[in-house]
Amino acid sequence: MSSAAPPGTTFLTGWGRTSPTPARLVRPATAEQVAETVRRAPERGVAARGLGRAYGDAAQNAGGLVVDCTALTSWSLDEATGLVTAGAGLSLHDLMAALVPRGWFVPVTPGTRHVTVGGAVAADVHGKNHHVDSSFGAHLRSLTLVTAGGGIRTLTPADDLFWATVGGMGLTGVIVEAVFRCVPIETSRVRVDTERTRDLDHTLETMAATDDRYRYTVAWIDLLARGGRMGRSVLTRGDHAAREELPRGADPLEFAPRALVKAPPWAPDGLLNPLTVRAFNEAWYLKSRPGTSVQGLAPFFHPLDFVDGWNRAYGPRGFVQYQFVVPFGQEATLRRIVARLSAEGVVSFLTVLKRFGPGTPGMLSFPMPGWTLALDIPAGQRGLAGLLRAFDAQVAEAGGRIYLAKDSRMAAGTMAATYPRLAEWRKVRDEADPDGVFRTDLARRLGL
Amino acid sequence: MRNALGSVDTVLLLGGRSEIGLAIVERLVRDGARRVVLAARGATGGEPPVIGDAEVHLLDFDASRPETHGEVIEAAAKLVGDLDVVIPAFGVLGRQADYDADPVAAAEAVAVNYGGHVSAGLYAARRLREQGHGTLVVLSSVAGIRVRRANFVYGSAKAGLDGFAQGLGDALHGSGARVMVVRPGFVVGRMTEGMTPAPLSSTPGQVADAVVAGLRSGAETVWVPGALRAMFAVMRVLPRAVWRRMPR
Repeated sequence: MSSAAPPGTTFLTGWGRTSPTPARLVRPATAEQVAETVRRAPERGVAARGLGRAYGDAAQNAGGLVVDCTALTSWSLDEATGLVTAGAGLSLHDLMAALVPRGWFVPVTPGTRHVTVGGAVAADVHGKNHHVDSSFGAHLRSLTLVTAGGGIRTLTPADDLFWATVGGMGLTGVIVEAVFRCVPIETSRVRVDTERTRDLDHTLETMAATDDRYRYTVAWIDLLARGGRMGRSVLTRGDHAAREELPRGADPLEFAPRALVKAPPWAPDGLLNPLTVRAFNEAWYLKSRPGTSVQGLAPFFHPLDFVDGWNRAYGPRGFVQYQFVVPFGQEATLRRIVARLSAEGVVSFLTVLKRFGPGTPGMLSFPMPGWTLALDIPAGQRGLAGLLRAFDAQVAEAGGRIYLAKDSRMAAGTMAATYPRLAEWRKVRDEADPDGVFRTDLARRLGL
Repeated sequence: MRNALGSVDTVLLLGGRSEIGLAIVERLVRDGARRVVLAARGATGGEPPVIGDAEVHLLDFDASRPETHGEVIEAAAKLVGDLDVVIPAFGVLGRQADYDADPVAAAEAVAVNYGGHVSAGLYAARRLREQGHGTLVVLSSVAGIRVRRANFVYGSAKAGLDGFAQGLGDALHGSGARVMVVRPGFVVGRMTEGMTPAPLSSTPGQVADAVVAGLRSGAETVWVPGALRAMFAVMRVLPRAVWRRMPR
C-alpha cells in the first residue's frame, strides 16, 4: 500500500483501495480465540474483517485492532434439510466448491464468490434472485456472535440483536458462525435467457414484465450510450438447469471455476478511461446475443471473478462504488440519475440494474422493494464528490438509500435521513456494546 | 474520518480567529465537515460563529503558552472525537524595523511563530498518530524558503517552521497521519493591511481553496499560487549578492 506501516500494524483498505488506515491485524483460529481477543480490546476498539470485499471502510479500524476472521472455515451440511453450519470466515467460493458437487447451492450470492459468510451476514448481501428470495439474512436460522464483553452468544430471528447484526456491518459483535438453508440443485449450470433492450424505459418495462418468470435476473446498463440509446441494456435472466438440459456425458455437478486473467499490479490510473470503457461496453453489448443458452454457475453469477484483482485496473487512486435503491414509483429519480451519468460521461466499467423484492427485518439492511443501480467510478474523476452528493439528495428525496457495503463517501446526515430504523438499531447496539468496543472507520465516518 | 473522496468530518483550528484559518474551515464545512473546534485566546467568552450547519465549539488557546497546548488538543478530541484536520493558523507578522528596535519583541514573535507551532504540532501529531489518521496543515510561507533581509525575523521563524513540518511529516510517514505544508506568497488580508502586495500575491480565500484541494488530493506541499514553486526554484539559487539587493 501507499506507505510502510509501523511495526505490528498493517495498512488496510476496502476493495475500492481508497482511504488506507493502519491497524493491528490478528487472525484467531477459533471462536474462543476471537472472544479472548475481544476481551482484551484496545482503546481504539475492534473491527471484524473477512476478505475485504466491501468497497469502502467497513472493515478498517484506524489505530485499532482488526480481527481477520478468515481462519474460521469449518462447515457442515445436513443433507436431509439443506441446512449448512459455516464458520464466518468461510468464503462463498469454498462453500460452493463443497456444496455444488453434493447438489446444493447457496441461497444468495453477490456478484463475487470471494466474500465470507460473516461478511454476507453483516452486509445482508443480495444477488440476482432478490426479487424472489430476498437477501442473505432471510435464509438464516441462527448466528453465533462474540459480544462486547467477550461472551459467545447464539442468536435466532426472535432476538432483536439478530436483526441488528444482519446488515449491521459488524458493529454489534464479531460473527463467528451462521446456520442457513441452502437450495437443492440438479446441475451446476444455469439456463440463461439473454435479451438486449433499446433504452432505459424499455429496460425497466421488460424487467417489470418478465422478472417473475425467472429466479435470477439482472440488467447490465451501457452508461456511455447517449441520446435515444441512453440506458440500453443487456438483460440476463436464468434458472438452475435441469439434468436433461445438459449434453449427454457431462458431469452435472461439476464446479471448477478459475480466474482466467490476472490484472497487472502496475495498472496505471486511467487504464479504464472513456475510450477503453466505451470500447468494452460496445463489445459487451454486441457479443451478448439474444437467445437461450446453458452456462456455468460462475460465468453467470460472478463475471467479475474472471479477472483476479480487477480492482487494480483503476490504478493507485482507487475507485468508488455507488449503489442506491429507490422504491417502485420513483422511476423518475432513476431516469434522472442515469441521464446525468450518461451526460457526464462517467466511466463505469460495469453498471448493473436490478429489481428488488421485499427486504429482511435487518434494521440497517439495504434492500427494499424497488430499483437498485450499482456502478463504479475512478476516485480521481473530476467533480465526483459534488455529483454523488447531488445523487444522494435525489435518492433520499425519493425515499431510497445507499448501500453501506459499497459506500466510502456518504455523509452522516444522508445515512441518518435514509435509514429510518437507525435509532432502533443504535438502541440495540448500545445495549449490546455500551462501551463502543466494536468500531470501524465506516462507523466513525457515519457517526454510528 | 476522511472519506474516499477526501472530505473530512472534524476540524480543529488553533488560532481560531485567523482569516486564512476560518476560510479553510468554511470550505471544509461546505464540503461536508460537521464538527468544528475554534481555539483562540479568550474564545470561550463569546458566542461561536455560525459556519454553515456545522456544530461549532470554542476553546481557550494561547499560542505563547506551550505548556497548555497538549490539554487543548485533548479537549478538542473530547468535544468532537477523532481530529481529521488540525490547522495551527496563529502567528504575528510585525515589521522588521520594530524588531530591530526591540529585540525582546522579536524573540516573543519568534516564540509564537515557531515555538508555538512546534509544541502545538507535536501534541497534534501525537494525537493523530494514535488515531492512525488525520492531517496536520502547517501554514508555512515563501518568506521562509529563502529568508530576505526585509523581514528576516519573521522569515527565519517560517524557515524553522517549514523545516519542522517537513521533518514531522517524514516522522509520521507510515502512521496513517500526515502533514501538509502550505507555502503561500504575500497574502492580502488583515495581517498585511497597509502593505503593498508583492507579485504573485493571493487572498485568504485563494489560500483556503488550495488547502482544501490539497487535502482532497493528499498533497504533501502546496504552493499558493502554484507558480511560486517554479519561481522559488530560481530564487533559492540566486547568488547572495543579488538576493541581498531584493527591494523587499
